[in-house]
Amino acid sequence: MEEVVRSKTVLKQKTKRWDANAMSPVSYGVLITVLVLASLACILPLLLVVSVSFSDEGHILRDGYKLFPEAFTLDAYRFLVDDWGKISTGYSISIIITVAGTFLSLLITSLFAYPVSRPDFPYRNQFSFIVFFTMLFGGGLVPWYLLYSQAGLKDTLLALIIPHLVVPFNVIIMRIFFSNTIPHALIESAKIDGAGEFRIYARIILPLSLPVLATIGLFQMLVYWNDWFTSLIFINNEKLVNLQYLMYKVISDLNYINSGFADTQAINAVSKTLPSETVRMAMAVIGIGPIILVYPFLQKYLIKGLTVGSVKG
Amino acid sequence: MNMTKLTHHIRNLVRFRILFLMMLPALAIVIFNNYIPMFGVILAFKNYNFSDGIWGSPWVGWENFKYLVQTDVAWTATRNTIAYNAVFIILNTAGAVALSIGLNEVRRSKLKKTFQSTLLFPHFLSYVAISYILYALLGQAGFINLSVFKSLGLDPVSWYSDADRWFYILPIVNTWKHIGYFAVVYLAAIVSIDTEYYEAALIDGASKWKQTLHITLPMLAPVVIVMVLLQISRIFNADFGLFYQAPLNSGSLLPATEVIDTFVYRNFLLNGNVGMSAAAGFYQATVGFVLVLVTNFIVRRFSKENALF
Repeated sequence: MEEVVRSKTVLKQKTKRWDANAMSPVSYGVLITVLVLASLACILPLLLVVSVSFSDEGHILRDGYKLFPEAFTLDAYRFLVDDWGKISTGYSISIIITVAGTFLSLLITSLFAYPVSRPDFPYRNQFSFIVFFTMLFGGGLVPWYLLYSQAGLKDTLLALIIPHLVVPFNVIIMRIFFSNTIPHALIESAKIDGAGEFRIYARIILPLSLPVLATIGLFQMLVYWNDWFTSLIFINNEKLVNLQYLMYKVISDLNYINSGFADTQAINAVSKTLPSETVRMAMAVIGIGPIILVYPFLQKYLIKGLTVGSVKG
Repeated sequence: MNMTKLTHHIRNLVRFRILFLMMLPALAIVIFNNYIPMFGVILAFKNYNFSDGIWGSPWVGWENFKYLVQTDVAWTATRNTIAYNAVFIILNTAGAVALSIGLNEVRRSKLKKTFQSTLLFPHFLSYVAISYILYALLGQAGFINLSVFKSLGLDPVSWYSDADRWFYILPIVNTWKHIGYFAVVYLAAIVSIDTEYYEAALIDGASKWKQTLHITLPMLAPVVIVMVLLQISRIFNADFGLFYQAPLNSGSLLPATEVIDTFVYRNFLLNGNVGMSAAAGFYQATVGFVLVLVTNFIVRRFSKENALF
């Protein structure tokens, strides 16, 4: 035991020395500069959007977008508040879809992944393949759309939830997690104690799988929150427009007034000239905001989840 | 199937009935969402009308494909899909490998994590959100026109009506969104390389550059090859969001932004041409499937444990 500890510390010292010798200060400086520039390229465009949303429309049209607002104003947000109805509907729909979709998809995915992870279940590979095959071949947009509309799913929330419920990749990750971390002997002994299959699933499997449930839950949350495609093809009802689709509608109509997003009263209430550039950016901030807010808390799990998926067990 | 085998299966069915019950919801979803539409590919050979439905509409043989071949747009869309995806694969792979090797050399782990999560951030933005960011940069009164070009004394460019420039813009946007994801995946593979290799190399007096060339890259190669093959197997499927949202669905950009997926969407949902879009979808699905089989065959020959099936 002592020997192992000693050899480990020796190894640590060695790695440290190797690290210290690794790069010359000049090339290390170049490396850090490149990485800082790359990181800025990921962040600055967002900062630009935020800055414009707080800027004065006149300044923007004259001097262009600036990384820091020249004249700080809340005009754009005031304008959006006047037409708060659609935004709050958008938020409600997005939140409902995200919460219901994430919960259902975790439930359905884990209920499927558990049986196919059981070494004593004789058809585990065949059933895994049924889900896996959908990654390889699909019927395409046309039959898929016609099926959903014939089933009466157009203009329903189900059309926004069902398409993302079973993601084959998530099934694979969960199956690997279940079979690698939960010893089969544990399940066997629970059975001997008289526990039924559902009880084992709910009392043993799920509590032991919180890390993978958290990771896949996060992935699904982002999938549902960011989804605009299903809305684009299935939703016509104004009351069911989620936040992403609302953002799409606002920007896709080049003439903001014609979009029907704002009524003339609201326009007159704010100003004679419509602050369309800044309002668009305020719309972007309202849509991206929640992701920016939660990202610092989630990124650790997200990175972990991405790397779990890349290592096939 | 003989009788003993049948009774064996029936016995299993009874014995594992609860497990079957558990799998039922996911199976129902997959059958509805994926398998039934698969049979819908027969629409490519039918003259669809709403009252007769998918199964009742009359057969027309290869008629739909004849129309498809006659349009120039179908060819442009196919060319764009493959060319863009090829460029994306090259940029993402080369960029992410370099980035992950660089990230691995960052000594302070806090700094390394900050870089990682910053570079990964665009991966979690929707293409609608990205279309706004892009508009802030490229709009008529956007950052590039009024802030950059003006101070350089250049004339403003109307980005959303000049198709040629999008052959460069789209790869930049795609790389911006995805490079962080690939870098994080590759970094995980680099971190798992045994440090003993580097220690031995250091004793032999190998430089940093030599270590990267002869240890890191060869050890990273299996992961990279699998990721590249996965992307190649999807080379016939374009990222609808990138090509539809990022250019704000601008009509004058279509020569540079039309891909198979947007072609199908436009002809089907906007023009109502069921037959031709179903034919395009069929062509995309079958060629894509063949590509998956071929790439998997190659992966199997290369390393069996990394094969998809």
